[in-house]
Amino acid sequence: MNSIQTQTEAERPAASPAPLTVQGLSVAYQKKPVLRNVSFEAREGELIGVIGPNGAGKSTLMKAALGLIPSLGGEVKVYGKPYKQQRKLIGYVPQRESVDWDFPTNALDVVLMGRYGHLGWFRRPGAKEKAIAMEALGKVGMADFAGRQISQLSGGQQQRVFLARALAQDARLYFMDEPFAGVDAATEKAIITLLQELKLQGKTVIVVHHDLATVQDYFDSVLLLNVELQAYGPTEQTFTQQNLQRTYGGRLAFLDRSLPSQPPGGGGGE
Amino acid sequence: MSEFWILLTGALVASCCGILGVFLVLRKMAMIGDAISHSVMPGIVIAFLLSGSRDSLLMMFAALIFGLVTTFLIQMFQQSGIQSDASIGVVFTALFAVGVVLVSLYARQVHLDQDAILYGEIAYVHWNIWELGGINMGPKAVWLLGFTLLVIAAAIGLFYKQFKLCAFDPALAAAIGIPVALFHYLLMGLVSMATVSSFESVGAILVVGLLIIPASTAYLLTDRLGVMIGLSVGAGIASTVIGYYAAALLDASIAGCMVCAAGALFALALLFSPSQGIVMKKLRLRRLAS
Repeated sequence: MNSIQTQTEAERPAASPAPLTVQGLSVAYQKKPVLRNVSFEAREGELIGVIGPNGAGKSTLMKAALGLIPSLGGEVKVYGKPYKQQRKLIGYVPQRESVDWDFPTNALDVVLMGRYGHLGWFRRPGAKEKAIAMEALGKVGMADFAGRQISQLSGGQQQRVFLARALAQDARLYFMDEPFAGVDAATEKAIITLLQELKLQGKTVIVVHHDLATVQDYFDSVLLLNVELQAYGPTEQTFTQQNLQRTYGGRLAFLDRSLPSQPPGGGGGE
Repeated sequence: MSEFWILLTGALVASCCGILGVFLVLRKMAMIGDAISHSVMPGIVIAFLLSGSRDSLLMMFAALIFGLVTTFLIQMFQQSGIQSDASIGVVFTALFAVGVVLVSLYARQVHLDQDAILYGEIAYVHWNIWELGGINMGPKAVWLLGFTLLVIAAAIGLFYKQFKLCAFDPALAAAIGIPVALFHYLLMGLVSMATVSSFESVGAILVVGLLIIPASTAYLLTDRLGVMIGLSVGAGIASTVIGYYAAALLDASIAGCMVCAAGALFALALLFSPSQGIVMKKLRLRRLAS
């Protein structure tokens, strides 16, 4: 399925529109603003981490960009066109807790859902879709679990099924909402390998991320958010103590950047 | 002959409710089904007052509108900050009460009695015959329910993948461009239709039992959506058959016995389901311990 050749940024014509352009995006729940006047442009072929304290509007930014919640104002363009015209170019991985894992379905079936957007109104997934879904499951190391009822998977395995579903969407721009939350170390490794692979294929991945210790290892660019955009740019120049202080205020535990990376995963789902 | 018609009516009610009930249960909207089945009451009465007959297309239309209004009001109240169970409670009891008042006010013109609306009169379905050019076509209720089942099966069959994804992961559904709200209202419209075509037979209260109980039974027995729908319909039909003969034996309310049977089947599934049954879990634990 992933027949798109590997392209580096340099080979792309400079004029091609950015994967994602957000201009002056604002969102409020009831009357409380949760996102104020956020503007940024994602560069093609980058892994972009969205960082900020709880309640900073990270998930909201993602949902508003995808048109899942109404925004007060602002403009979102995907490869230069309004989102609605570009749906097939986008893959989405919602937070794992957002769905009911007791739903009567198996892993393969969930991955097949990633193909629904390509099927139109009436067509049902057939042999071709099944092959694509199996390949996606294989890429996240879950091929042996295709027929497994989803409630019988561990947290990390469920997350990998979600990622396989996004792969099956065969998109160019991916939004992932906390894919690393509560997964085991093996899954964390599988996810990051997958992200690197997507990047090599010239795809752009925007990831809401919590673990500050791994930001420098994982992401090319970071977007620091706390209701307003605090900083955005290449990780090396942007992920600085000063910017983090500004974003997190006094609530930041991770202050000493010279600390070695903490062991990833922490909580562990298994 | 009456026995055949009663059983057929029961099976049709069970099929309509069994299919839709699965989606209500999976979307955690069982109580919305309850709400709709009650709040279509004023619609039924108003349609009856307007047309002066129980001929049912107008009734179905009016109930459809009230069902959608109910859904819409519940959602509006929830969005304005009222607890979701409270807003369901407010909307359906208020609308149902309007229906009760209307029936009692116009009882003479209406020939609808409250008992019939609440508890149904499935025993009499074969008396209300549809005649076409002097030919006996069979009970009206059977035709109405058959039509409803056809609409439900067509809608769910055509849009199976949309209904499934909207139930499992509405965020992804919206992201890939499935009109989630449209399918929500379509489902609610179908529930309203099923309710109004069933209420004459089993009544507004017991129809909820056939919407929710067989679907919940099926939920315990399988982990595939398609199988769950089949099992739900099967459990519903079994309930109506068992209920009918139990009622004949006991000389009790038929609709009541049907829902009791549905409850009994659910209890059996809860105890003995191979994957989730209480007894099976205990046995498995004991085997592990030994």
